Amino acid sequence: MIVETDGMTDTLERARVSGQSRGEVIREICRHLVPFQTGERPITGDTVIAKDLTIDSLAIMDMVMELEDHFDISIPMNVVAEIHTVDQLADTIQKLCARR
Amino acid sequence: MGLFDRHAGLLEAYRDVRTTGYDPFQIRMERVLSPTEAIINGRKMLLVGTNNYFGLTFDPSCMEAAIEAIRAEGTGTTGSRIANGSYSEHVALEQEIAEFYGKKHCMVFTTGYQANLGLISTLAGEGDQLLIDADSHASIYDACKMTQAEVVRFKHNDPSSLEARLRRLGDRPGNRVVVLEGIYSMLGDSAPLREFIDVCKKYGAYVIVDEAHSLGALGDNGRGLCESAGVLDDCHFIVGTFSKTLGAIGGYCVSDDPDFDILRVTVRSYMFTASLPPSIVASVRQALKVVKAKPELRTQLWSNVSTLYEGLAAKGFKLGPQHGPVVGVHLPDPMTAIGFWRAMLDAGIYVNVAIPPATPNGVSLLRCSVCAVHTKEQLEHMIEVMTGIGRQLGVLEDRTLRVVGGAR
Repeated sequence: MIVETDGMTDTLERARVSGQSRGEVIREICRHLVPFQTGERPITGDTVIAKDLTIDSLAIMDMVMELEDHFDISIPMNVVAEIHTVDQLADTIQKLCARR
Repeated sequence: MGLFDRHAGLLEAYRDVRTTGYDPFQIRMERVLSPTEAIINGRKMLLVGTNNYFGLTFDPSCMEAAIEAIRAEGTGTTGSRIANGSYSEHVALEQEIAEFYGKKHCMVFTTGYQANLGLISTLAGEGDQLLIDADSHASIYDACKMTQAEVVRFKHNDPSSLEARLRRLGDRPGNRVVVLEGIYSMLGDSAPLREFIDVCKKYGAYVIVDEAHSLGALGDNGRGLCESAGVLDDCHFIVGTFSKTLGAIGGYCVSDDPDFDILRVTVRSYMFTASLPPSIVASVRQALKVVKAKPELRTQLWSNVSTLYEGLAAKGFKLGPQHGPVVGVHLPDPMTAIGFWRAMLDAGIYVNVAIPPATPNGVSLLRCSVCAVHTKEQLEHMIEVMTGIGRQLGVLEDRTLRVVGGAR
């Protein structure tokens, strides 16, 4: 599975139906990423998780595991490998929540 | 971009490690004297980091068996089992291991790493779901990179975390394959196997258990956690290694699956590498006989584990969660761990140092592995040395200072 960046309206609609707003998802992701923030730079949708933050690959996988349990979804490791930015992670979570 | 530029971060970290004077990743044993002693940097060291749980590397009967095998059949097989044929001894070894577990089939690999790599990536294919413990060994993670199956991690030693992930799969098609380890190699803790098996049964998942560090150590007959947890019949595949308790090198997998032998022509790490040399096969066969004949080695191992674990705990060290042949000592950060490790080497004791990213949850550890043939005196000396270093480095509270403080 590859994260789609188009078709957002559709994704958002499905996410809204399943009760996970974009804001909620982004907030939850940021809550887990704040400890890895470097300097004053804010975490945004464009933040490249592995590059802009001081977080190693193992910690990323552990964070994903926490998000999985929070949203009651599973994000396979090969999907995680394709995710680079906070927005892409949020897209994936919303899509999987909608499919639940 | 240069070929090594992507490793710049690691290179920098490695440089930091080497500034301590010794390179923990390139220790040279100038001469190995016994399972518990070697010459390093020109002096005799106590070895407490070799995974040599029963001390069988120097067992006279195993050594003789290996020497005889070399005289009889030469130094190597120079080929793979499928392309160049099996020796009778390969087949005999497989029968003996299958018998040891009471399973119908066994396949022997050239290393334990290759056993996990090939077996796991072959058993779980496209459309299947592979579920692995977050603290799995590198060989399991590497297998995940080779499989077409979907891979999901669950929290370490947490059956409810596995259950949540199996439940989420719902009625999606595909085999569920769960990978567990008998004893985890960094902190020496065991999986709550019975609970895991219950979850796997509920969701119809296949179970692979890696007994690399538990062979010999656990179970009334030394078969590992599957035996001590009483779930041998519920484990579909048991994997292990000859490179720890059995004192040589190689890997194996046992199973009752009637179609097991198809693996011999599908598992690439079995098919496309040279088979074990006669000397190794012979010493492993003999070592297995020793494991069966001398249960006192297991008793001695656990008595030594208890001496080291309880001794260090009493001094205030933070250790892995339970007794195990691996005793992991928590230290606050990588540089302290390396400094501690180096100070121990200076004091004549060799252990392993484990730092991120090779450790779970970013912890820094001194990894000690206990041997059945360590003497109580050796281990008590080690506890004393570690306590001294621990106080010097501020890892342990200095009791003399505390007494002075309290008297004020």
